[in-house]
Amino acid sequence: MAGAPIAAKTALGPIKPAPPPHPVARTVLVTLAVSFLTIFILVPLVNVFVQAFAKGLDGYLAVFWPPQPAPEQVLSVVQQRKLAEAAVQAGRTWHAIGLTLSVAAIVVPLNICFGLAAAWATTKFNFRGRALLISLIDLPFSVSPVVAGLVFVLLLGRNGIFGDWATHLTWIDPFSLRWVGFEAGFPLAFERDYSGVIFTPLAIVLASVFVTFPFVARSLTPLMESQGTDEELAALSLGASGWRTFFKITVPNVKWALLYGVILCTARAFGEFGAVSVVSGHVDVNDTMPLRIEKLWNEYNNQAAFTVASVLALLAVFTLVAKAAIEWKAARDLPQNQGHSSQ
Amino acid sequence: MSSRLKTRLAGVALGLIALAGAAAAAEVRLLNVSYDPTRELYAVIGQNFAAKWKAQTGDKVTVELSNGGSGKQARSVIDGLNADVVTLALGWDVTAIEKAGLINSGWQNKFPNHASPYTSTIAFLVRKGNPKGIKDWSDLLRPGVEVITANPKTSGGARWSFLSLWGAFAKARTHDFTTAAGQAEAKAAADAAKDFPIYNDAEARGKVSEIFNKHVPVLDAGARGSTVTFAQKQIGDVLLNWENELWLAKDEFGADKFDIVYPSTSILTEPPVAVVDKVVDQRGTRKVAEAYLSYLYTPEAQDVIGQLHYRPRDVAALNKYSAELPKIPFFTIDETYGGWAKAQATFFADGGIFDQFYKPAN
Amino acid sequence: MSRTHRVIPGLPLTLGYTLFYLSALVLLPLAALALKAGQMSAPEFFRVITDPVVTASLRLTFFASTLAALINAVFGLIVAWSLVRYDFPLRRLFDAVIDFPFALPTAVAGLTFANLFLKDGWLGGFGPRLVEGVNALAGLTGAGPLLPSGALDWLTFPYTGQTGGIVIVLVFVGLPFVVRTVQPVLLEWDPEYEIAARSLGAKPATIFARVIFPEIAPAWVSGVALAFARAVGEYGSVIFIAANIPGRSQIAPLQIVTRLDDFQYAQASAIGVVLLAISLLILLVINGLESFSRRHERTA
Repeated sequence: MAGAPIAAKTALGPIKPAPPPHPVARTVLVTLAVSFLTIFILVPLVNVFVQAFAKGLDGYLAVFWPPQPAPEQVLSVVQQRKLAEAAVQAGRTWHAIGLTLSVAAIVVPLNICFGLAAAWATTKFNFRGRALLISLIDLPFSVSPVVAGLVFVLLLGRNGIFGDWATHLTWIDPFSLRWVGFEAGFPLAFERDYSGVIFTPLAIVLASVFVTFPFVARSLTPLMESQGTDEELAALSLGASGWRTFFKITVPNVKWALLYGVILCTARAFGEFGAVSVVSGHVDVNDTMPLRIEKLWNEYNNQAAFTVASVLALLAVFTLVAKAAIEWKAARDLPQNQGHSSQ
Repeated sequence: MSSRLKTRLAGVALGLIALAGAAAAAEVRLLNVSYDPTRELYAVIGQNFAAKWKAQTGDKVTVELSNGGSGKQARSVIDGLNADVVTLALGWDVTAIEKAGLINSGWQNKFPNHASPYTSTIAFLVRKGNPKGIKDWSDLLRPGVEVITANPKTSGGARWSFLSLWGAFAKARTHDFTTAAGQAEAKAAADAAKDFPIYNDAEARGKVSEIFNKHVPVLDAGARGSTVTFAQKQIGDVLLNWENELWLAKDEFGADKFDIVYPSTSILTEPPVAVVDKVVDQRGTRKVAEAYLSYLYTPEAQDVIGQLHYRPRDVAALNKYSAELPKIPFFTIDETYGGWAKAQATFFADGGIFDQFYKPAN
Repeated sequence: MSRTHRVIPGLPLTLGYTLFYLSALVLLPLAALALKAGQMSAPEFFRVITDPVVTASLRLTFFASTLAALINAVFGLIVAWSLVRYDFPLRRLFDAVIDFPFALPTAVAGLTFANLFLKDGWLGGFGPRLVEGVNALAGLTGAGPLLPSGALDWLTFPYTGQTGGIVIVLVFVGLPFVVRTVQPVLLEWDPEYEIAARSLGAKPATIFARVIFPEIAPAWVSGVALAFARAVGEYGSVIFIAANIPGRSQIAPLQIVTRLDDFQYAQASAIGVVLLAISLLILLVINGLESFSRRHERTA
């Protein structure tokens, strides 16, 4: 399967009891592998953090929490303006973090539902056009992010196919629900609405769904295919309903692959740049973290750009740790599963 | 307030996506879509305007910003970015939005000075001490000099740089814009200009082509990107860019890193502003949008404009910052090139002169 | 299969939902692209995609993507092999960071590599930086400078703004695809064949070429193809490190963006369609290759 790179089982066990390695080959290959990974992955990773801490820990934290002057301190106009500017910048950074998390909170559940349905349809049944369907599900993997953004402009832009409808659509930002107190009756209100679709956070959601589309489906299909339908058939023959079979048999069997797909989907949703850049219109309120990083860099704020980048890198490291934990658990569960399916 | 009530009703409904009119924001938001280097300027102007508007009317207004290459920004507005006002690098991009039916014709006369609240020009930024001795346009042609500019196809500032280069090599006629007499003379000359032999100037063409082909190592998409390339990535010997952008780079990176060099002549740039009629009418924001753009002409805003190294229209502000905005003779796009439509079509359109520079040999 | 078709429930629901979601979010937008490009006449479409600047950008995109895919093909295999077969210090760390390019935003990757490969960056100015570092360490211990300054000035990789830089970021974004496809197959590989071959006197190189490689080849090819497909479309990281000169160092996705900024929607769509067609072709080949190898496995 083309989804193999995101197959769940990549956990390194102990070294296999292969024939004794050729000492020269071993040294040469390990040296090559280690230097390649060092140059292409470790050095960039370290570099992100070195640049983020270029102004020390205080400088790092000031990107999120700008320094507060002591109340009695007298500030010049220039200093006041600098502090106000730092507060505005920090506000934008927090906004970008919030938007990134919100977008992921919408995109990931959508793709989980789709991934489960698509994997069920393509692995438990055989029908004409199945191979084509699998290829189409893979398609967003290899569509250029720029094209992914462009298609939504062509569809929903003012002159697009649904442009007339889309530009006149007004919608409420569900994440802007705030407590406003009882003086006007109901205490909750939405503080923000948008008109239009393209160049608003809604377009960011659509572009993110597009680029993260295949991750869950493709991490499930190889496993579900190899598991076959025996267990489901057994459950059904014992009188279980379809839904019950799905939730009690199928989902538990693929839970680790599902989680792995979710993690990759989340990572991509956090990190997508090209597609969301095209549909963001460069408006500050549409900035996700990667877009925010570009803006900070363009404002000559190198250190702040890398600080936000390091947060994304930390999220990446976190997802990698989560992934390692999942693989470890999955490897532990594996013998049990195998016994199960051979019944 | 009814809008507030509506918001609350929406809150009760907890509707995630409501159709038009179901929700209203608790405050007015204006979206100003602008070109790259004005980010710092409009951030300050926006805050000052909000304070003034609140004092005058009691309403809260937030000006949101979008910055990018001028052409890209115009396209975003045409594609559906709901900009209340546009403040772009050149008139051509506003005309493009006008042609799409979003801005009414005659926008040039809606605000003073052809709807252009400040002027600027193109100058050079060189490394401290000017190690390559770059003094004027002809020095850019010296062997080994690397010139940094953005791509004129995507950057308004780079289009001005291109026209400045071409005009200087073609020895375009200049005027003294610090005097009323000079300004009147320039205006009369622009009105009188009928044909524009400058487009066929073989010498200018050869020199500009040589610069882009042999001296430009990197072409960024936007004016700001080219500054980053020069200042942060430290590529190149001289940066061609907006005067205000050069000053900003000097302020940001330290006066010990760069020098600003003014060539003997340059182009007078007039970045326009306009209200996007269709959007403000749809959103009901015309009044505040017009007030926002008018605010740019107040002495208070003109002073901020001068402080940030744009050339104010206001004479008092211009004189106040004259030390940092030295007087050099300017040529104009109207007199030299017959306006943006012609310059755009000849130089930058698909298959135009700029594209011909980069035709691969085979 | 036709028997299970009737017993397992949910095909109409799941297939219907899959098709709806796929159509609404992927196929419909892509159809809009084809429609836009279809507004041009055939000669006009042909003129756009054969414009020398466009063909140059397509050539660069495919050249850099191919080179990056080849580098990944070789080193990805070495990395996967070393991780599975040999024990070495920090092996688990190196295994964990393979997925890093999946998780790091491409723009950040572009910025980072652009910084690293500057003339005086960590890797761009590797030689001089190394001399500095060694001498600084020597200075700490009280000894004088160990290396004369300028000793390693030839050891530099100033790839920012060069084609080399584009290849480097494409290697970065594609690496996990190759490693993560080959790794599971190597993990499942039963070494008994190898032991048997060895006992029959085969040399390790012969064993690899004749016994192991045929087994991992399908996975390896599909990993390399995925890395290649990803590289063809890559935008965010490349524009930060490339010089972006038309006809010389502009990648095809940047041509799309440039055309858009020039209000040339149909032209941008035409280039988009070409990229899309190539991606689709690659995917069909991969999936075809895999089903071929699956059939092959079953008959074997």
